[in-house]
Amino acid sequence: MYKYDHYDQALVDARVAEFRDQINRRIAGEITEDQFKPLRLMNGLYLQLHAYMLRVAIPYGTLDSRQMRMLAHIARKYDRDYGHFTTRQNIQYNWIKLEECADILEELATVEMHAIQTSGNCIRNISSDQYAGAAADEVTDPRPWAELLRQWSTFHPEFSYLPRKFKIAVIASPEDRAAMRLHDIGLELIRQDGVLGARVFVGGGMGRTPMIAPEINPFVKADDLLSYLEACLRVYNRYGRRDNIYKARIKILIHEIGADEYRRQVAEEFAHVKTLGIDPPLAELERITAFFAAPAYDAVDVETDRSDPDFAVWLDQNVKPHKQAGYAIVNISLKPIGGIPGDATSAQIDVMADLAERYSFDELRVTHAQNIVLPYVAKRDLYAVWQGLRDAELADANLDLISDIIACPGLDYCSLANARSIPVAQKIATRFADMDRQRDLGELKLKISGCINACGHHHAGHIGILGVDKKGVENYQLTFGGSGAEDVSIGKIIGPGFDEDGVVDAVEKATEVYKALRQGDERFIDTYRRVGLEPFKEAIYG
Amino acid sequence: MVEFRYRSDEVTEQPSVTLDAFLDQSNATAVRLEPDDDARALLPFLDRLTLIEVAFPKYRDGRGYSAARILRESGYRGELRAQGDVLVDQIAFMRRCGFDSFAPEASLNPEAVARALSTYDHVYQKAADTAVPVWKLRHG
Ligand code: HEM
Ligand code: SF4
Repeated sequence: MYKYDHYDQALVDARVAEFRDQINRRIAGEITEDQFKPLRLMNGLYLQLHAYMLRVAIPYGTLDSRQMRMLAHIARKYDRDYGHFTTRQNIQYNWIKLEECADILEELATVEMHAIQTSGNCIRNISSDQYAGAAADEVTDPRPWAELLRQWSTFHPEFSYLPRKFKIAVIASPEDRAAMRLHDIGLELIRQDGVLGARVFVGGGMGRTPMIAPEINPFVKADDLLSYLEACLRVYNRYGRRDNIYKARIKILIHEIGADEYRRQVAEEFAHVKTLGIDPPLAELERITAFFAAPAYDAVDVETDRSDPDFAVWLDQNVKPHKQAGYAIVNISLKPIGGIPGDATSAQIDVMADLAERYSFDELRVTHAQNIVLPYVAKRDLYAVWQGLRDAELADANLDLISDIIACPGLDYCSLANARSIPVAQKIATRFADMDRQRDLGELKLKISGCINACGHHHAGHIGILGVDKKGVENYQLTFGGSGAEDVSIGKIIGPGFDEDGVVDAVEKATEVYKALRQGDERFIDTYRRVGLEPFKEAIYG
Repeated sequence: MVEFRYRSDEVTEQPSVTLDAFLDQSNATAVRLEPDDDARALLPFLDRLTLIEVAFPKYRDGRGYSAARILRESGYRGELRAQGDVLVDQIAFMRRCGFDSFAPEASLNPEAVARALSTYDHVYQKAADTAVPVWKLRHG
């Protein structure tokens, strides 16, 4: 894992002091809420329905047990004993007091964490593959690159007042576990003739106008990457729309001028920017890469004893192959049946930290599906890890199944919401609580947003649910056919919306159609893509 | 009114003209760029300009940051002024993009400005100022 040097630490410490001063000025009434707003937003502090919400950055979703324990500590001391892991691999606290915010950030800084650029119209926390460093299919570990980008984008003087927020994802595998092409910039690291570089996709996003990012450059060499990104951002900063907040994301610019014209402008800007010497030397990437060296693997490959049936189910569903023989990747589901997707109590966060320290070379990851990963678990320890999780009610074996739902906070917390997301997620999970039934349905990604902003990724759900406001009544639209993986696609609305119970029934009917029509080992989305919407529509509305 | 100036030369007395007026064969030496204007239109004339004023009608509109960098990257050495909705918490970023004078619409507290400019000892990225990025400090 990356470790701060004194430069990194000094920057974060200075930020805490600066924000403390700003908060004090606000509390003393020296600045108005209007003047304070942009300042707090640069520090991840939102004003929500009931309280302040603080979003803490977890760079590329990677953290160690010390940091994880700090997250538990913050939840315990400053919030209501729980935190919410988000689709951008961060954590949010929902009940924060303004007067305590600087103390929280100061505590976070002691474990190399911060809330810098977790909101505002700037480059946000860089997201990445939760299996980075452990995935068998990766070309290289994407995290050093993500760290390089984190540093480059932190307090970037030119790009802190962009037309709109800007999200970047970096992956290094053909399998996309990070919804890479639904980001403003998606980077896929590849090797071409032995040289490392990146495929660059620009202009993806969700929100009210979902778009899949087109490829803007098939290969940018490692030592040109920052210059190239700087050119991408500069073109956007100069020409992105600022007249309408809903048309301000880079996807709209690229949609309006076309990918070819955008590519041409970026190439022109790049030719200029490349002369400025803004790319760090490869030695800097090497310095960072050294922090991400493979752990000291020492376990031999063993057969896992599957005699405990509950353990065996979890093994099949939540444990994934590792690139190192004798090791496995463990997914911890934060989606207990009837629970709030992505929430974890302080005690649970501590348990995960302990297990990581003891069994996963002290590392954890947060996934964009709002789950946690222990990336380096020796197979011989799997049963012990499972027991530890089970005792903390963290052993739900539902990874990628219908109850592994992504849901945004919705009307229970969010001031922009049209409808509640959490109760719908709870009802669906409860309806499908039977494990055999879920497993029979197989991979089925269900995602719920409480409004068109799409924080719950509904566009990318095999089944998506969108809360809308229909004459003051909460109403839910269903979309089918979305995907945030390498088979990326945007879901389509299937017809008129439903009330809360109606949408649960409709989902159930859809799964029945799938079961009747599936061939071989087709997933729900494969069947839907093959047979089209009609049979589903007929069953749901007929 | 210019409240903060980080240059030692004399203040230009000539009022600045619009980009259109300037390109219309004016022999003006001071020009004002609106957010919509293309800073690159000035590149052939940088030698004869002593003041480029960049307008910030709203602090949220960050186009002027790119305009400033483009001008500095192209060798402009005259005064580069940020005018308009310029807030104390933006001055450090603006300095890094090459601005060296500030005419904020709402007057700023000099102490607060000094504090904002000295908050951070180091920077992560190379920009249009002389600050040395930490990657360079790390690798000499
Ligand atoms: C509760 C406070 C929140 C507020 C006020 C909020 C606000 C917004 C808004 C306005 C957008 C649309 C931006 C645009 O299209 O330009 C958005 C998008 C998004 N938000 Fe949130 N959000 C909140 C919480 C969350 C949470 C908890 C998550 C993660 C679970 C999240 C993840 C996202 C993602 C992934 C997007 C889509 C990005 C895209 O359009 O490409 N947000 N949010
Ligand atoms: S999708 Fe809408 S309701 Fe849900 S968190 Fe985002 S802004 Fe709030």
